[in-house]
Order: sequence, then structure tokens, then C-alpha cells
Amino acid sequence: MKLSREEVKHIALLARLGLSEEEMERFRGQLSNILENFEVLKQVDTSDVPPTAYPISLENVVREDEAAPSFTQSEILANAPHQEEGCFRVRAVLEQ
Amino acid sequence: MNLYNLTIHQAHQLLKSKEVSSVELTKAVLKRIAEAEEKVRALVTVTEESALLQAEQADQRIRAGDFTPLTGVPAVIKDNMCTKGIRTTCSSRMLENFVPPYDATVVEWLKDAGMVMVGKGNMDEFAMGSSNEHSAFAITSNPWDLGRVPGGSSGGPAVGVAVGEAIYALGSDTGGSIRQPAGFCNIVGFKPTYGRVSRYGLVAFASSLDQIGPMTKDVTDSALVMNFIAGYDPRDSTSLNYPVPDYTKSLIPDLKGLRLGIPKEYFVEGMQQGVEEVMRTAIAKLEELGATVDWEVSLPHTKYALAAYYLIAPSEAMANLARYDGVKYGFSYEGESMWDAMERTRELGFGPEVKRRIMLGTYALSAGYYDAYYLKAQKVRTLIKRDFDEAFKEFDVLVAPTSPTVAFKIGEKVDDPLQMYLSDIFTLSLNLAGICGISIPCGFAEARVSASLPVGLQIMGDAFAEEAILRVAYAYEQATEWHKRRPVL
Repeated sequence: MKLSREEVKHIALLARLGLSEEEMERFRGQLSNILENFEVLKQVDTSDVPPTAYPISLENVVREDEAAPSFTQSEILANAPHQEEGCFRVRAVLEQ
Repeated sequence: MNLYNLTIHQAHQLLKSKEVSSVELTKAVLKRIAEAEEKVRALVTVTEESALLQAEQADQRIRAGDFTPLTGVPAVIKDNMCTKGIRTTCSSRMLENFVPPYDATVVEWLKDAGMVMVGKGNMDEFAMGSSNEHSAFAITSNPWDLGRVPGGSSGGPAVGVAVGEAIYALGSDTGGSIRQPAGFCNIVGFKPTYGRVSRYGLVAFASSLDQIGPMTKDVTDSALVMNFIAGYDPRDSTSLNYPVPDYTKSLIPDLKGLRLGIPKEYFVEGMQQGVEEVMRTAIAKLEELGATVDWEVSLPHTKYALAAYYLIAPSEAMANLARYDGVKYGFSYEGESMWDAMERTRELGFGPEVKRRIMLGTYALSAGYYDAYYLKAQKVRTLIKRDFDEAFKEFDVLVAPTSPTVAFKIGEKVDDPLQMYLSDIFTLSLNLAGICGISIPCGFAEARVSASLPVGLQIMGDAFAEEAILRVAYAYEQATEWHKRRPVL
């Protein structure tokens, strides 16, 4: 199975991952090779097998909704690349 | 003997009898870091100042008689576990300047026990890799041959322990990242059962596979560290509320009545001859110690584990790494628009292996391919788990090599991702099944050009069978001398 350039571009867009032309081409070859090897899974009959998402069986974990100390605004903003008036500053989402 | 070569239990004896202070021990380790780091590059950050402060506090605790076996003992923490006020980079440009406002649970618990943290361990970026070549900052070298990789992704912690830049370390293991570098560096690497150790504050890579564990100079030390990091943590919703035994009680030096199985799928073509020879000798030793050994155990779905793992882990990773958008923390690129900023932030902040896995995971989860790849892999995961369930009905532990080869050369596999992935072939099934495993030193194999290099013996146990694998590991260790060998830098 050989991925096309368009497919690689599409996956990168879904992941919001910028890639250079060179990376795009390199990943096309490498991912094609990897996926081709993973075709081996088709040999396994899984028609009556349920999927496993977690190796241990867990019930939903719930807790009481109790107030507890939390981080301060300044602690949370300390790592923010851009901030303004105590908020994270982001680029405009809507075009003018 | 150099203080930096001590184990935890040896250091503890000297601290308790006040022959050595924690400040002296910490200074010896810091001096060792200063002389060794240039050659091995095992650490991202050295925390000299806070380490000396913690050592002074530890000495006070020891004087006051309020101490644990870990009090005053210097440790390295892999750089994907949050440390309050100390940057936590995951060896990525993305988090190069990230300073967590809180401690991971394991760090908090070790601090309570009196840990002295001397530094943060280098790793493959976001724990994705098997050689430490994917660190954005420096390639860690194997101390047994500086031209070879230490394994990964916990390569920095492994090398740190091997050369005495720490008395012990914490690593994380998603597909072998504790056990494989432990095997390559001749130390002990312990991956507990999924849910046994809290993941709160561990930077997420693949949430259903990640698990934190000890990396130590011997088996006793791993049991000691487990006593402090195992246990229920309400902050991790996959943490299990299950009693924590005293793991040192399972350190019994004989194996009478223990049933050992050798999975035949782990002795396959592609294994280095030297590794196989060392392994057969080690298994004969286990038999001599009283265990019964059956060579005909089968885990029939083993050959599908690699594909299942490298679809599931990248799929979980792409979701976990979606948070790196340049807004809340981490690297940020001022682009021309919101989308441009986000795409460029991720382009410049992530290295090649992380990008490759994001791409692979996104593909496996995308419309039209989900059933064929991700869902199929999850079904195969069920079959792999069932193989182990069947085997553990008949056997107390399973034994196999940790890796099919000894440490490979720097640069040898870095451009061929599939070859790199294959170096995890004996370790990743355990993460898929959620069971526990340990790698211990079991001999040296000749490698071409290089002198002989360490080989790891992997002992696998069922979920919550930590005590069984510790017992086998301890009995083997007591009967052999391999774990006492230290590399000469």
C-alpha cells in the first residue's frame, strides 16, 4: 500500500501539523512501508473478538464534587507564551 | 569504593550509621555527574542547588530518627515526570522552557520519603524511541561503548544509574522504555502492572500503555523503590485501589516449586547468537536454583504484537499531543493566522519521530481506516492478552530475553523507523496486556568490533504478580555476579 502525496497532505492537515516538502516526501515512503508491514494483522481472525481499550477492567470512576485548593491564576499563566489582562492571548478565530 | 557506586540499601546503611552524610553522598554524586556528563549526556537538567538543600534536610531527618530507606539517597527522575519549579522538557523543543506548577504523584511521594533529586534524565522526545537518539538536546551514549546507543526511551536514567550519576532513577515504560535500556546498560529495570503506580504528572504519551517504574543497580533496590511509589492515587482514574505489599518480603533466594515457562515465540530468527547463548545459560541457572522450566510454552499471537502496538500507541499519542497548540504552555510560533500559528508551532516544536507517530496515529484513526487499523489492533490486543492469561494458568512467570540484540550503534537504525521499532519486539506485548516485567543483568555477549556488551534477562509476571518476578530476579541475582559489573568511562 502506497500513500499518495494528497493523502499525506490530508493527514497532516487533520493533525494540524506543518510539514516541509522534504518531510512530506520522507514520511510518504516511511509510512507506506510501515503500513505495508502492518497488513499482517489481516491474517488474524478477529470476527468474534471484542476490542481492548484498557488492559484492566475498570468501572467508571467518580468522586464527590468537593471544593479543594487549586492553582492560582498566576501559576497557570506562568507558562503561557502570550497573555493579556490575566488571560491566554490567542489569534483571532473569526476572520474580520 | 566510590560512594556514587553504592546501591540504595548500601547507602542507607552508611547514612543510618552516620558513617556518611547525605550531603557527602550527594556531593560525590554531583562530582561524578560533572566528570561523566561530557561523555554520556544522560541528563537534561542538573539540580545541584536544590539537591544540596534536600540533602541537608535529609541529614536533619536522619539525626532526628525520622527516616525511610530512601531518605538522603540521590536519584534521577526521567524528564517526562513533572517536578514543581524545575523544568520538565520531555527532551522536546516543545517543552524546553516548561516549568510545572506541581509535582507528579511519584515525585511527591519520593520527596515525602526523603529523596534527593540530582537531575532530570534525558530521553527520546516524548518517550517515543528506543535509542535516545530522538532527544532534541543530546544523544545519550552507552557507557559500555560510547559509540552505541543506551536504548530508550529511558536511556538517560539508565545510563545515569549505570555510571553513578544517581543511586537510582525513575523511568517510564510504554513499550519497553524501562526494560530495554536497563538491559543495554547492565542495570535492573522494573515495569509494574498497569494501574499499580500513579501516572498523575507523567506527561502522557499512550495512556493505556504508560507506566512508571524503578531503574536500579540491583533487585533489592527496585523492591525498595516500589514500596514508595506503588499505591492508589485518586488523581489518576486508572490507578487501582489494591493492597500494596512490602515488596522486600518477596526477596527469597531460592526458586523451589516455581514454574517457569519459556515462550518459544521469543526465541526466533533475528536474535543475536550471543544473546541466545547467554539466555540459555541464564535459564539453566534458574533451573539449578529449583525452578521447573518448560521450553514449550506458546504465545501464538506474539508475531502480531508489533503491528498492534505501533497502531495503538501512535493513535493514543496523536490524541494526547493535540494539546500542544502554542496557547497554554510550551513553544509558540507567531504565525500569520490561527491555523498557521498552530501548524508552524507543531512543525518547529516537534522532532521527526514525534511527527511520524502523530501522522501514523492520525491515519489509523481517520475516516475509512479506523476499522481496518485501530479497531483491528485493539481486537488483536485482546488476543495477546488472552495468550498471557492462558500461560499464567500454568506458570508463575515467563522468561525471555529483554531484547533480541545487544546495544546497537548510534546512527544504525535512526533512518529506518521499522528497524527501530523491531528492537521493542520482546517488551511491548507486556504493555498491551498490562502485565508486569523486569529486566536484570544476565551476562555479556560479544558484538562485532565492540568488546562484549550487556544482555538483559526479562522475567514476566501476570497482573499484580510483582512479587513473583521479584523473587525470581532476586534469586538469580544472588547466584550470579553480573549486576556488580560497572562500565569504565
